[in-house]
Order: sequence, then C-alpha cells, then structure tokens
Amino acid sequence: MLSDPAGAAPPPARPPLRLQGRVIHAGQAEGVALVSAEAIGFLGGVHPETGVILDRNHPLHGQSIAGVILVFPHGKGSTVGSYTILRLQKAGAAPLAMINAASEAITAVGAIIAGIPMVDQIDITQIQTGDFVRIHNQTIEIYK
Amino acid sequence: MPDLHLTPAEEALLAGSAGPGVQKAMQIVVALGRIYAAPDLTPITHAQISGVSYKNLGDAGVDFLNHWAAEGASVRVPTTLNPAGMELERWQEMGISPDFARPQLIAISAFRQMGVTPTMSCTPYLFPGIAPRRGDHLAWAESSAVVWANSVVGAYTNREGGPSALAAAIVGRTARYGYHLEANRLATHVVEIACPLRTIADFGALSYIVGKEVGDGVPYFPDLGAWLPPLPADLTTGGEAGDRLKTLGAGIAAYGAVALYHIAGVTPEARDLGERLIRGDARRLTIDSLAPAYAIMDANPETTQIDLVTIGCPHASLTELRRVAARLHGEKLATRLWVTTSQITRARAAQEGLIDLIQQAGGEVVADTCAVVAPVRQLGIKRMATNAGKMACYAPMHSGVEMRFGDLEQCLEAAITGQWRAPSLPPI
Repeated sequence: MLSDPAGAAPPPARPPLRLQGRVIHAGQAEGVALVSAEAIGFLGGVHPETGVILDRNHPLHGQSIAGVILVFPHGKGSTVGSYTILRLQKAGAAPLAMINAASEAITAVGAIIAGIPMVDQIDITQIQTGDFVRIHNQTIEIYK
Repeated sequence: MPDLHLTPAEEALLAGSAGPGVQKAMQIVVALGRIYAAPDLTPITHAQISGVSYKNLGDAGVDFLNHWAAEGASVRVPTTLNPAGMELERWQEMGISPDFARPQLIAISAFRQMGVTPTMSCTPYLFPGIAPRRGDHLAWAESSAVVWANSVVGAYTNREGGPSALAAAIVGRTARYGYHLEANRLATHVVEIACPLRTIADFGALSYIVGKEVGDGVPYFPDLGAWLPPLPADLTTGGEAGDRLKTLGAGIAAYGAVALYHIAGVTPEARDLGERLIRGDARRLTIDSLAPAYAIMDANPETTQIDLVTIGCPHASLTELRRVAARLHGEKLATRLWVTTSQITRARAAQEGLIDLIQQAGGEVVADTCAVVAPVRQLGIKRMATNAGKMACYAPMHSGVEMRFGDLEQCLEAAITGQWRAPSLPPI
C-alpha cells in the first residue's frame, strides 16, 4: 500500500509527531492528509467511483477522498456504506488509509473488506489537511 | 478498559488457521468487538444477511461475495437472506431485465456456495423451525427483524450490517456488546398513547412519530397493549397483533434507529420485569395525534390514480394473506396489486387456497422481493399505494415514486377500483 501520489511533499528533515492508535485494519501507507472535522456518510455522501464528496452540507463537499490519508471523526449513515468503501477501492478512488477519532461499524467493516489500512483512537486535531502522514499499523507519523 | 478476550480457537481463526475467508470474517467480528469494548465473543444460533438485492450490492458487492466464497468461507450456523431485487424463478414474468437478473442470480449463488439458506425474506421470525427463541443470541442485519427478535421474542441481537452479519455467520459468533448485554436493554423513553390505534397503518404512523422522537433509544409503552389483540400462540402466523407489531418495528427501526422496545404486559421482558425496565433518567412523552405522520407518509394527496398497490412490508404474514384473500374473493382488480411475501409463507397460504383467490382477482403474490428493493421504476411504476409504514417513505426515497398511504381496506379498494378514495375514518 506504499504510494506517493502526485503532489505529495517528501517528508522534511524535522522529526515527525508520532501518535499511537488502535489498529482497525493493519497495514502501511503514506501520503497527504485530508482532514474532515465532521463525520462522513459514505452511502449517498461519497461518489462510489470518483471519491468526490457529494453531501452538500459537508465541509469537504466537492473534494475527492481518492489517494489521500483520510482523517475524520467517524462514519455515519447506512451500513450499506461499507460497500461504498469497497466500491471506491475497486474503482481506484479509495483513500490510501483512514484515521478516525472513534470508529464505528460502517467505516471499520468497509476498511476491512476493502483492505484499506485503518487506525482509530487518534487525536485528529493534531493533523491538518496537507500534512504528510505515514502509517505503520498502530503508529502514525505526522510531518508538518 | 479490558481488551477483548478471545479463546485459543478464536485466536487461531484470526491468525488464518481456517483460510483467508474465515480470517477476514474473524477480523470483522474482532474489529467490532474492539470498537464497542466487548468483553468477548458470544456464540450465535442464527444469522440474517442484508445487502442481497443487486440494487444495493452493485458489481463491487457481487464481486466481493464471490471472492469471499472462493476463499472458502462458509457459514457455521443457520443463515438466511434478506429480499432480493426480483422473484428468482419468475423474474422474466415480472419484467426484470437480464442485466439486472444476471448479477442478482450470481450474488444468490455466492451465498448458496457459502451455505446460506436462500429465503430472500425480511421475516425470518415467521418461519417455523427458523424463528428464534427467547434468550438466543443472533447476528441479524435486517433492522425490522432485529426489532421483532429483541422485542417480541426476547432474543438478543444488535443491528448488524450486511458484511458483519455474514462474518458472524462464518465464525458462528458475534462480539458481545450492545443489545447482547442486559444493561443496554433498559428503556430510555416512556411513550404513552393518547389516541386510538385502529389499523396496521395507524401502527405505521405511530412508528414514524416514535422513531423520530426516540432515535436509537429503547421505548417502553405502558399502555399500547390496550390497542393489541392477544399475540397468537404460533407467532409464525403473524396474527392480528403480530401484523401490527411487525409494521411498528419496521417503522421505528427505519425512521429512528430503534432495535428494541417493550410493551407492558405484552413483550416478554416487560411481562417479567415491568417498570423495572425503565431507566431512572428515561424521557416521557405522549402521542396524542397521528395526523402529523399521515401528512408526511401519505405524501401525494393529489394522486388518485394508482399504478401499483403493495401490501407486505415487512413480508406479509399468513394472517395478512388471509385478510387480502377474504377481501378480494370474487372481485376483479382494476390496477396492479403485489402482495410481497416469502416463498415459505406463500407455500403455507397456498395450502389454504389463499393464493388462488388473490390470483383469480388479478392480484400477484410475489415472493423473494418487495417494492423497495425491486427496480420498480424500470417496471413503469410511478404511483404507488401501501398500508406499510416503512414502505411509505422508503419507496419514494429509493425509487422516486409518488405514494398514497392508508389502511389495508383502503389499499385493496384502490386495487379493485384503480382509484384512491378518502378513508371512511380520517386520521386522528
């Protein structure tokens, strides 16, 4: 799952902020963070083939979650949203990894069936959109 | 907080001892156990899988099921399926396109390969030999069935998602949290009824109001029993009381996220514990009118021409089929009528001659599917009528149809005449 999407800044020399979370789905990934302060509803809220957030009331409306380290408090809405995460992954439009404050069944099951690395129990206020983030199982390194 | 405790056998499955399919299932069950701080896993007696219609699965979902089956996953406990997008044996007659039918049949065959019993129904509790018993731990993913199992039967289940219920079936256990624990089964709301509840549709309207008020809480109804006939000795027939509770549970699960309610003197935990089930901080509310619910659910009052009358959400019980057959005896329908049910209940009804009576009038008794999960717009249906509280809002949302909502008598009258008429008793 190592990848270096276009536009990803290489990690600067400064030592990273290191956080420990709880593994929902083990794995490694690195990339640029996209942070949502609000919960994400996947079914109907995210386009299953492009990753664009469709929910007009969401602060990230119009932005794509494809190829980023997606940081959000937790999922919401229909449990069918787990299949939306799977559809994103099949379409090549899934996040590289997901980080939650406190996960729930929809996102966790979606991460597992789609094989996307995922960690929760993270203080997500420590991460800003644009930070370079590296995930190795429960360990998260944040490069400002 | 103590970590989730796994037995050595469970640890082995998690490590992949039974192959990647079972390992993935255990990963899902364990992840949920950790997220919701379960002390351990509990064996289950039955699983009910949602995410069966191709309309909801999409190609990715179908591929996923095939892949899971190919990884050698198979269920360890009796497992049944939610409705599909069509009647499996009669999709051509229904007018379903092969582009929909083909992936739908592939999905069902993946489930079969995993050992799932293809019941294609939201009412596993109406099946003799399958219906759960009090105290059973289940992994059920159909929200209307979850409410019935917890409330009417006194079994224990959370509102599982489709993949998590299938995962639980594959490992034969689920994480012990939520409604598996007695402490979480206490009532958060006390809901008094101060208006008459005369029909199944009235219970559907009530479900809308209570669902919106209660959210994911547990309502306790101290006086609702006054509007219920006694439950039948054989709950799998439905009965007049069961049909009302079936629609109530479906609606409060859909309009709220309720998984459990108690009715004083009626449901098993309330019969045993009474008001001891009510939490000290429970909110109290009184329902004195159903009119606001009817105003929303009977969404298109200008619509009088009906393309499809649909009865059976959740799937019709034997009692409902008896009522429909009795009303249609000797009639000729002016519009299309679907009574949606399971193959199992349809076979029981056929033994009583009920299916013939409905078909002679021109009605269809459709199994395996319903008007929410079938592609009804592709069938040219734009204006529907129903007596089912959950269907009233779900069909317009999922299929973009106009909707009339009223009592069974009114719906069958519309099927006979093709016209929706004002009720003899307006909503209170």
